[in-house]
Amino acid sequence: MTVEPKTGRYVQVDRIVALPFKKSVEIAFKSIKVRFFRSLITTLSLVLAVSFLSYVQVNNNIANGLLSLNRPQIRTAMEKAGYDIPGQGDIGSSPKQRWIVILSLLVCVFGIVNAQLMAVTERFREIGTMKCLGALDRFIVRLFLLEAAMQGVAGSAVGSLIGALFAICGGLLRFGPQSFGALAWGDVAASLSMAVATGCVLSLVGVTYPAIMAARMQPVEAMRSEK
Amino acid sequence: MNQSTIVRVSNVVKNFKLGKVEVNVLKGISLDIESGKYLSIMGPSGSGKSTLFNMIGGLDKPTSGKVFIDEIDIAQLDAYELAWLRCRKIGYIFQTFNLIPVMTALENVTLPMIFAGVSNNAAMGKGMELLEIVGLAERHGHKPFELSGGQQQRVAAARAIANDPAIILADEPTGNLDLKTGEEIIALLKRLSSEKGVTVISATHDLKMLNVSDQVVWIRDGAVEKIENRDELSISVGEIG
Repeated sequence: MTVEPKTGRYVQVDRIVALPFKKSVEIAFKSIKVRFFRSLITTLSLVLAVSFLSYVQVNNNIANGLLSLNRPQIRTAMEKAGYDIPGQGDIGSSPKQRWIVILSLLVCVFGIVNAQLMAVTERFREIGTMKCLGALDRFIVRLFLLEAAMQGVAGSAVGSLIGALFAICGGLLRFGPQSFGALAWGDVAASLSMAVATGCVLSLVGVTYPAIMAARMQPVEAMRSEK
Repeated sequence: MNQSTIVRVSNVVKNFKLGKVEVNVLKGISLDIESGKYLSIMGPSGSGKSTLFNMIGGLDKPTSGKVFIDEIDIAQLDAYELAWLRCRKIGYIFQTFNLIPVMTALENVTLPMIFAGVSNNAAMGKGMELLEIVGLAERHGHKPFELSGGQQQRVAAARAIANDPAIILADEPTGNLDLKTGEEIIALLKRLSSEKGVTVISATHDLKMLNVSDQVVWIRDGAVEKIENRDELSISVGEIG
């Protein structure tokens, strides 16, 4: 690294300030581990939202399985249990079901953005310090995205399993073992992976805005904020 | 101009907006700082010394006027160059220590070296040497909250010199420390300055700093009141005493 005499500017800079990917993962992982309780709260909102989504979806899978058995008494039992059974098509395709899913996603987004916003705001001083030590904006964003991705994967995996478990237990209680036999496990797997993917995407979306906002701050502003 | 001028502050003005009122914090400060000197910026709270410190460190931008480091106008630098400057050229020490709370002492010291592209092993090795210099080698695995204020500030000093910067900027480094620990930090800074030839610029209102300073800049109401060299200083302090 030298000063170019003609222009008086530093040259070759972009190669010099660096944060290897492996090191970012290590820092992000440690940061979650050390702040375990705080990360747990952030992740918990994700777990709840994803488990609700997965519950709704798996419940639909169970109901569709039962319907496919074509037994009148099950159909009556389901109507009694409050299912809207459409004339044709799947249960999940009814407008009411779609509303529930959309609503659960909305709740999920706000919960996650709120939790991530808090988590980032708490760390303004740390971000400012890192920038004083030579961190580029994108290092900061990358660290937060990595943390969010880890929390997203772990949280939505746990959440979707919990949701599916509740849906299956509920089905067993209401309709007995036949709900199990008719269940299309492929559909359940699809519902679970859909819920996990949604959770991860939402976690990343939720952290992006606060992370970019924090990374763009002048170090002085970032460090002043907590005083 | 002097060949060894490392920092040149030229007519720097800084205004802050407080609600609708515009406060004129720095009213045109000009200053030449020679390489290798231990310089103290003295002044009461609210005199603008921290603001000046932030300008010199490239942590904030002046409203008008220029700051040159090695004759390069830092306002002209892009984000990469500024990051490089903060990483390699300047070491910062803060009143509130500002260690990364989730990292151990050693990890805190190695972080700037990682940013500078030093390999992990080399950074760990040098990090231990630096902790040795500040006398905390045996506490390398401790987190900041497990260290006393003085120890945290020593880790911060080790972190500041990790990439062998030309300049150490210290903003009230003794402000949160008791008398004895404060003196230790001052002695440490002085030692680094004389052994490594680092320029130390410290904003302070701690009079203990006077004894070690090569030059003292007195700031009052956002303007330079007077600049004293070491020899003149002993007389004026003597008069007070």
